[in-house]
Amino acid sequence: MNKESNLYTFTFAIVMVLIVGTILAVTSETLQPRKKQNQADKKMIDILSAIGITSSRSNAKNQYEKYIVEETIINNKGEQIEGSAFQIDVLFQYRDKTLSPDDFMYPFYTANKNNKTYYIIPMAGTGLWGPIWGFVALEDDYLTVYGAAFDHRAETPGLGAEINTGIFEDPFKGKKIKNTLNQFVSIEVKKGGAELGNMHQVDGITGGTITSDGVSDMLYNTLQIYDSYFSKLNVYQDTINELTSNNSI
Amino acid sequence: MKSFFNKQHQKLIADPMGDQNPITIQVLGICSALAITTQLENALVMTLAVIFVMTSASSIISILRNHIPNRIRIIVQLLVVASLVALVDQILKAFLPDASEQLSVFIGLIITNCIIMGRLEAFAMGNKLWESFLDALGNAFGYGWILVAVAFVRELFGSGKLLGYEIPGFSYLYEMGYMNNNLMILPPMALIVVGLIIWIQRSRNHELIEEN
Repeated sequence: MNKESNLYTFTFAIVMVLIVGTILAVTSETLQPRKKQNQADKKMIDILSAIGITSSRSNAKNQYEKYIVEETIINNKGEQIEGSAFQIDVLFQYRDKTLSPDDFMYPFYTANKNNKTYYIIPMAGTGLWGPIWGFVALEDDYLTVYGAAFDHRAETPGLGAEINTGIFEDPFKGKKIKNTLNQFVSIEVKKGGAELGNMHQVDGITGGTITSDGVSDMLYNTLQIYDSYFSKLNVYQDTINELTSNNSI
Repeated sequence: MKSFFNKQHQKLIADPMGDQNPITIQVLGICSALAITTQLENALVMTLAVIFVMTSASSIISILRNHIPNRIRIIVQLLVVASLVALVDQILKAFLPDASEQLSVFIGLIITNCIIMGRLEAFAMGNKLWESFLDALGNAFGYGWILVAVAFVRELFGSGKLLGYEIPGFSYLYEMGYMNNNLMILPPMALIVVGLIIWIQRSRNHELIEEN
């Protein structure tokens, strides 16, 4: 057969692609469970890091089961809905253009650490070059930040990429998402540095303004949904506190 | 009959390790050499990945060399390399998730590593299986040892660690006022370390110095 004929060239290309495609598809399918498990472990590590628990891939599941006591989902109106909270990928959902905001599901994880309750809220947003995401843990007053962990896919090293370091994350601790009038204000990542003593601002990253603003927007958009849910709970919080203290285990 | 591992075969392995080194002499594959050499572990994983991709790709192309239509040979080479890289990527994601995260885009970029395409086009397309395999192995090792050497220097002086472990004697040095050099972690230092290796190599073998 003539090696340089069109027929031969096309046949060769088609056969080659079929073989390669089959091999890759089979490998991908076979390794799928392991990859899923790795992603789940990573997610557990990230969730736990928001309440200051460091875990590794080997003990992530144990630690997660030890500290996380409840998983809840709410919708964008702040109503609780049914479903498996851990399975929800907020970043995937955030980037899915076909989904209407009414279909968004907002999961959060209730943690118990040293007999104190924390609410860990996952979030996703847009940085300069790609997506950013994070977890913010609120204390049981639903307004004080206990810890925050952020990460990014492709922010500029040394600038926007600094959002996943302690230098950026630590100042979030103790900040409040509501003002003294009980109005939702979120936490702003302030260019040029936070005002001294301002409970709703943290320092922005010099040279990383767009990433910083991305974090601000992400915090505002996400936390306001959760706040609408927590505010409804708060009305009954005193009653609940009373009940739990009476039946303390 | 030619022997299984004769002088010519030894040369195929030895040359790319030294006087025909892909990084220091041919200046190929520099991009990944600069980017992933902050930690020894990453350099080792990258080296293993490249060894696997290069030897497999060269062997496959060498077997197919008389059947590949000339007009689409580059596409076929690319297809073979790309699918091997996709395989490595999948395997790393499944079995070494942390390394996979750290190397992230660079695993995918093995596809564009000039050394691989270069050896496929220049050698595997015209040589028998065993020779092509050895040539790929030699070049992959030649690439790998530079990577490991650079990563060794950068991690040792940049983080004061090797393979992520603290060096026992370093605590005394810190007490005496020694500090890790953060510049080592930044990309420019990789270029400088590669430059130093090139300098050492050329001062030992004057034939490598271009005359003009």
